[in-house]
Amino acid sequence: MLSLNLLIFVALSYVAGLFIVAFAAERRAAKGQDGWLRSPLIYTLSLSIYCTAWTFYGAVGYAARSGLEYLTIYLGPSLVMIGWLWVVRKLVRIGRAQRITSIADLISSRFGKSTLLGVIVTVIAVVGITPYIALQLQSITLSFEVFANQSGTPWGRGQLQSVALWSAAGLALFTILFGTRNLDANERHHGIVIAIAVEAVVKLCALVAVGVFVVWGIGNGISDTLARIDASPIAHWDQSGGRWVGLTFLSAAAFLCLPRMFQVLVVENADEGHLATASWAFPLYLMVMSLFVVPIAVVGLDLLPAGSNPDLFVLTLPLSQGQTGLATLSFLGGFSSATSMVIVATIALATMVSNHIVVPIWLRSRMQGAALSGDVRAMILLARRLSIGGVLALGYVYFRLSGGGAALSAIGLIAFAGLAQILPAMLGGLFWRGATGVGAAAGLSIGFAVWLWTLFLPSFGVGEVLSARVITDGPFGIGWLRPGALFGIGGIDPVLHTVLWSILLNAGCFILGSLITFPSPMERLQGAQFVNVFDHSVGAGRWQQSSATAEDLLIMAQRILGPAEAQALFRAHAAGQGKAGYLPDVTPGFVDLLERELSGSVGAATAHAMVSQITAGASVSVEDLIAVADEAAQIMEYSNQLQAKSAQQDRTARQLREANDKLTHLSVQKDAFLSQISHELRTPMTSIRAFSEILRDSGMTGPDQQKYAGIIQDEAVRLTRLLDDLLDLSVLENGQVVLNRQTGSLRDLLDRSVAAAGLRDDGIRIIRQKADEAVFLTTDLDRLSQVFINLIANAQKYCTTSHPDQRPELRIVVQRSGPDFGVDFIDNGIGIRADQQAVIFEKFSRLSDHGKAGGAGLGLAICREIMTRLGGSVTYLPGQGGAAFRVLLPPENQISEALVAE
Amino acid sequence: MGRTPRPLFLARGTYRQRRLRDAARLLPILGGFLWMIPLLWPRGADGQLVSVVLLYIFGVWAGLTLLAFVLSRILREDQDQPPEDS
Repeated sequence: MLSLNLLIFVALSYVAGLFIVAFAAERRAAKGQDGWLRSPLIYTLSLSIYCTAWTFYGAVGYAARSGLEYLTIYLGPSLVMIGWLWVVRKLVRIGRAQRITSIADLISSRFGKSTLLGVIVTVIAVVGITPYIALQLQSITLSFEVFANQSGTPWGRGQLQSVALWSAAGLALFTILFGTRNLDANERHHGIVIAIAVEAVVKLCALVAVGVFVVWGIGNGISDTLARIDASPIAHWDQSGGRWVGLTFLSAAAFLCLPRMFQVLVVENADEGHLATASWAFPLYLMVMSLFVVPIAVVGLDLLPAGSNPDLFVLTLPLSQGQTGLATLSFLGGFSSATSMVIVATIALATMVSNHIVVPIWLRSRMQGAALSGDVRAMILLARRLSIGGVLALGYVYFRLSGGGAALSAIGLIAFAGLAQILPAMLGGLFWRGATGVGAAAGLSIGFAVWLWTLFLPSFGVGEVLSARVITDGPFGIGWLRPGALFGIGGIDPVLHTVLWSILLNAGCFILGSLITFPSPMERLQGAQFVNVFDHSVGAGRWQQSSATAEDLLIMAQRILGPAEAQALFRAHAAGQGKAGYLPDVTPGFVDLLERELSGSVGAATAHAMVSQITAGASVSVEDLIAVADEAAQIMEYSNQLQAKSAQQDRTARQLREANDKLTHLSVQKDAFLSQISHELRTPMTSIRAFSEILRDSGMTGPDQQKYAGIIQDEAVRLTRLLDDLLDLSVLENGQVVLNRQTGSLRDLLDRSVAAAGLRDDGIRIIRQKADEAVFLTTDLDRLSQVFINLIANAQKYCTTSHPDQRPELRIVVQRSGPDFGVDFIDNGIGIRADQQAVIFEKFSRLSDHGKAGGAGLGLAICREIMTRLGGSVTYLPGQGGAAFRVLLPPENQISEALVAE
Repeated sequence: MGRTPRPLFLARGTYRQRRLRDAARLLPILGGFLWMIPLLWPRGADGQLVSVVLLYIFGVWAGLTLLAFVLSRILREDQDQPPEDS
């Protein structure tokens, strides 16, 4: 038989052990040896504070009363963790990006750092969780009572209450000691995390040990236990479908919304990668925790006397079998469950209370310059410590007032339903950009009110808070407001009734409120930050007027973060700006960073308020936002302009390069031209000089004299022709030519040209289709005829047939295809080689022997220039059997057929 | 707000990772469905035996945990890359 004093000694030793473990963890973390403290295993174990004393003791009681329904409490969280990619990952990412300190901070921060929403969520959490904390205290006293009764010295009410009081005081001490060592939420509470991890192992081992004892110690193995289950009062599956589905949903919602779960899941998370492990390890933990519940319940119902409290089977069953050691372990398991829950829940609630209620009130009471005067850090720490004490005191008072009457499991579900009211605002805020603060406030308030009215207040019992009249007839006789049957729909299970109506009305008001209101600029920015957290994890709110001095900010930051940290932060930022010393330029980016650092300590709303006090940009006006947008638009426009300019410059550079190439090419051409022209001029000049010397020096006879003078004459003519041609070409190329537009028939023009070409009778034969030539032209006919003459003369000069007997021919064909109108000159000679076709229109290009041609090689060049001036072209036409040229005239030079016909 | 354009098609490895993520997302839906199935069984005084239901629920639980374990192991390789979308 275990003496009560020994039990108290064991409990105190256990607590002392926890203190030592927590201290050791803090020391290791301080030395930087926190590698294994941040392992996924520790993270998963810390999640196990979901399993409170309600699980440890209550699950068995629940199973004894309602069969398998207790499983729903664990199925919901299992599904949430297995589906971590849906919600939990996003929550954790946002928590890290925005330095979220609590679930109230999450909601407040999402909806424009609203103080009001922070207060609402905090109130819901305090009202919902206080009974839950009372429940843990009750479970501790009940377990002591069991041992006291067992040892034969039953305790009075006073002794039990003193146990609760001492427990609460001890827990407050532990929480204050390890929970307020640092302000910044993003620095983890290593001591507490490691302590609850140890407690997680203890409670799991304790429950499994009792289970193993029941199955293999009392029972005779698994099949025997299954047979016992089939023989028990809960042998048949008789589950209400509504409760099965509803409670699974409720537990899943509570898993996300309970402040203590948010604390370990999001705030204490060291690495997003741990979620992957927790996604299977936590469901496994829950599975093992609930594995032996039914066997314990069934065997307890079987062996223990009727009327014993099924909530305490885990303790009383080993005791009834004389297993004092096992009972002590079981007691420690229950003790662990209760204390770990109380510690984390208290930290979470205290953070919320101090950040969202105490500090804002304190700031407001100081009105102006609060952030600059007084030791803010000490004040916030004090607020948090007082809040911890306050929360535990509330829990104790509730425990005293309620007198420990209600069944353990009932109060757990009531708390779940209360906290689940945060779910619509949370999920809406996470996934819906359009969710607004007004909608969230409306939804939360309605949901909270419905929960208070239909579940929380009636839970105190008929006649305690609500009178029997109100419960049966509704307030002031309004029947449809009866707490148990809203809108006159009665007969539903009370928890289900509340969950259904509260969540429905909550979500409805939230959505409707969001649809009809317009969010503030801050809300819209924060909304984008939250919903698109995976796209860009950068902070919002870069619009403060930077009228604050860096020194003011440093003074304030020192008071919240502590001097060393604040100075390091400022110094690092100054170095980042390339400045020495501690005072960086107050850029919007810096203010933003500072605000985020501070929000890790005091919550987003408070941090924003404090920084705003100094930076004077106390509120974000639409004008500020528009200015920011304008600036962004300007920058974008400027960048677009730059891009366009750069493209333009590319184009210009390309054009310049081309022009340069052309110039270089032209320079080469010019040199070649000069050397050609000198050569061309020298040849006749040489002849003229030579013969004129002969004429001068020697006495010549008449015929010789005449002959030489004739030669000189011919050469001079040739020289003149060359110069004429050059002059002509130069005039044409420079565009100085004046076109003399006339109208005349093509036939006449060709007749004249053929005649002017000076054909010999035995020379080339001209073949024409005179009918086709009945076309009137309006152009410079003289110039055009010059081209024709040149082409005809060329044909006469150069056309050599492949066969000596064949007579050279020149066909002149009028071409009319589409809008173009051309005249082809095709001879039957050997044509021009392909490689030479490219150069025949160049100046001084001659294909055959110079002497035979008797020209300077300018003819085709002049033709081309003339045709260009006239708006047409002259091209070589390959593949016609001989040399062929096509003279194209622009279409407007024709005169219609009708005119020709008359 | 210029978002970086996302590629239209992915390499085989990345594609596989995405589909595994889809599988991980579908797992809780599958679990929820399987755990609701006992509601279709006969209930009441001569309903299904609780021991059978108990074994079924824990069997599903173990199966889901195993699947989640396998998926988290394969997905872990992808941890260093920035998550794609949600």
